[in-house]
Amino acid sequence: MKIEEVPQDKGMIGDHGHEVCYAVGDNGRYTLSPSLGWEAKNVVNDQAWAVIVEETRQMHRLVQSGKLSPIAYYQAKNQMDIALLACYVDMAKWRVKRHRRPEIFRRLSERILQRYATIFGVSPAELKTIPEIFSPECIRRR
Amino acid sequence: MDSYIAFPHSQSAHCESGVTANLLRFHNIECSEALAFGIGEGLFFGYLPFIKINNLPLTTFRGAVGSIFSKVNKRLGVTVRRRKFRSESEAMDELDAKLLQGIPVGCQTGAFWLPYFPPAFRFHFNMHNLVVIGRDGDEYLISDPVFEKVVRCKRDDLQRARFARGALAPKGAMYYLEAVPENPDMGGAVLQGLTKACRTMLRTPLPFLGVRGIKFLADRLEKWPKKLGEEQALLYLGQLIRMQEEIGTGGGGFRFMYAAFLQEAAEILGLPQLFQLSERMTLVGDTWRLFAVSGARMCKGRAKDGDTYNELAGILRQCGQSERAIYGDILELLQRSQR
Repeated sequence: MKIEEVPQDKGMIGDHGHEVCYAVGDNGRYTLSPSLGWEAKNVVNDQAWAVIVEETRQMHRLVQSGKLSPIAYYQAKNQMDIALLACYVDMAKWRVKRHRRPEIFRRLSERILQRYATIFGVSPAELKTIPEIFSPECIRRR
Repeated sequence: MDSYIAFPHSQSAHCESGVTANLLRFHNIECSEALAFGIGEGLFFGYLPFIKINNLPLTTFRGAVGSIFSKVNKRLGVTVRRRKFRSESEAMDELDAKLLQGIPVGCQTGAFWLPYFPPAFRFHFNMHNLVVIGRDGDEYLISDPVFEKVVRCKRDDLQRARFARGALAPKGAMYYLEAVPENPDMGGAVLQGLTKACRTMLRTPLPFLGVRGIKFLADRLEKWPKKLGEEQALLYLGQLIRMQEEIGTGGGGFRFMYAAFLQEAAEILGLPQLFQLSERMTLVGDTWRLFAVSGARMCKGRAKDGDTYNELAGILRQCGQSERAIYGDILELLQRSQR
């Protein structure tokens, strides 16, 4: 890759400055050259986020229809599977799975709720609800 | 300011090789990121379909996590102190103590928890390395090698990132250089890193590692659409391109960084032939980029003529063949020059 070929396609880096690439200068020597991003990378990054958004949207629907507790929504929003969430809250996977059932979730103690809330970065009160309408934008914000 | 260390922060393409080079430079060993990457035997390839990340197979273009740092230090004769912690508060207190002594401290962290990361990069990825260089009240000053300038991070957030859970959990891991030799043997270290990396790429007996792994991936990739269905195949492809380009590789799955290393090695070892090999490596990197461009078009649903899985596999095979020839020629050159 020559320096003039270093891509400058804005996207995933946004306004967070630039990254650096290795590129060959006129004298044939490598230098570090700033890049604002690359279209190919933006595409596959968007693809990865689309999967997360879809998963969260599905969980949002299931929580709203009363099939799962809000934990399922926040879990998907934080890109966690049950195993990872169980690691974070220091509980066995079967317990986390159980807490995803609405009837069990309603009876959870404040102490247990707090553990989930801390990991998801919300208050225990917020944890009991989910946003009325699902918005894909909220996923990347925490 | 509670503590601040004048640290030679310089932006790098990759976190681990960047941290290694910056820490060495702090201790007056002149070492670029590419040089650290080469000495640390960073170059690798492995396609491991039996290890899944988010249900997608793992592809790696570099050696095991932490190996660049440890190999560079071993080969240069640097003594490193590395610690993990059970207690989160102890891990933070120990960090503060080292900073007060004027020692910059490397930390392994989970990128998901670092608020200064652009949102699009925040995935559960527990192998992000950074150097803490000071504390200002509730905030730490951090030389994060993939960022342009020194960044700030709240104590709580850093603590959480240091104790990220899941695969390869850092467990508060921190490290710093304890003793540094005055005149490290750069030539010897370069020679070692170069030989080892080429040998690993050519001679690893497992079919999914090294240059054979590239062909193995090509054969598998050809079958993806039939085996997985169109939709899943595109997710596999997208993940592969992300591993190659997004995870701080400096472009072309580290191949450009390695080409830069070969140029430095040419001078250190006094072997001008390595310049030509560097040029050939650049061409391989360009071919990997071509693969990413064509693959990304498919992921976006904008495939042009020639963007097919068969064509993509063909590009990969070409990369594999060129790399095989390069590593062979490097080994031959080194052998001849040592006689």
